[in-house]
Amino acid sequence: MKAGPGLHLKTYLAIFVIVIFAPMGSVLLGKGMKGVGSAATWTLTDFWPVVTRILSSGYIWLGIACLLTFFVAYMLILSWADYSYVQPSTSLSYATVALLSHFVLGELISPLRWLGVLVICTGVFIVGRTSPRAHGVQ
Amino acid sequence: MLTVFLFFLIVVSGTGGELCVSRAMRSMGEVHDFSPKSIASFVFRGLRLPWMWVGVAMMALGFFSLLAILSFREVSFVVPVSALSYAAGAFGAKGFLGERISRNRWLGIAVVCIGVTIVWWSGR
Repeated sequence: MKAGPGLHLKTYLAIFVIVIFAPMGSVLLGKGMKGVGSAATWTLTDFWPVVTRILSSGYIWLGIACLLTFFVAYMLILSWADYSYVQPSTSLSYATVALLSHFVLGELISPLRWLGVLVICTGVFIVGRTSPRAHGVQ
Repeated sequence: MLTVFLFFLIVVSGTGGELCVSRAMRSMGEVHDFSPKSIASFVFRGLRLPWMWVGVAMMALGFFSLLAILSFREVSFVVPVSALSYAAGAFGAKGFLGERISRNRWLGIAVVCIGVTIVWWSGR
């Protein structure tokens, strides 16, 4: 990847979009699905009413839009930045999910869960630091 | 029990779907021309492959399972636990696609699994 101020700026911008929009998509899907009702009580006769409620939820569509935005940003950044640079950066998404869940959805996150999220971020970071191909490029 | 079943679908079906799509894409060869016309042609050729449809169907099942579990579990629990797909992906890539997984990647996956176990423990 050739380094330049413009390239750095658009790379950081794309990583920002990835790290914010993927978790935001999950949070919005979560918010929308809580309004649909618990799957633990669904029966076969609920199929169409549940599908209708899902499709008529603004939060669900916003969540899908966020995930599509994330996907486009991810595809775009891979066209100029190395995969081995991009992938570790996305490990921050797990921390962002926890933060958004707490501040947007009001979920209570125990210290144990924060620890788990931190360990997952570390693991994803390690995976991302490995070469995209096990042979050839290193 | 429903939580375990839905996580199973998210991880196995979602990852299985990605592996099927990956297999379909590899059978088509590497993309060199990134013009819109070539990409459209590439996508349409991909849609003729059975593995692509199997993959898309499995990924759809994984997505709907994610929606179902989000209806009754916290997002801060569901998303981190679904990181287990890193492990499923590695085993699938090794067994189904014949990829070699480096030692460092196994190490990272093991750390992810430890993190998932801790998050799972926090949700009990």
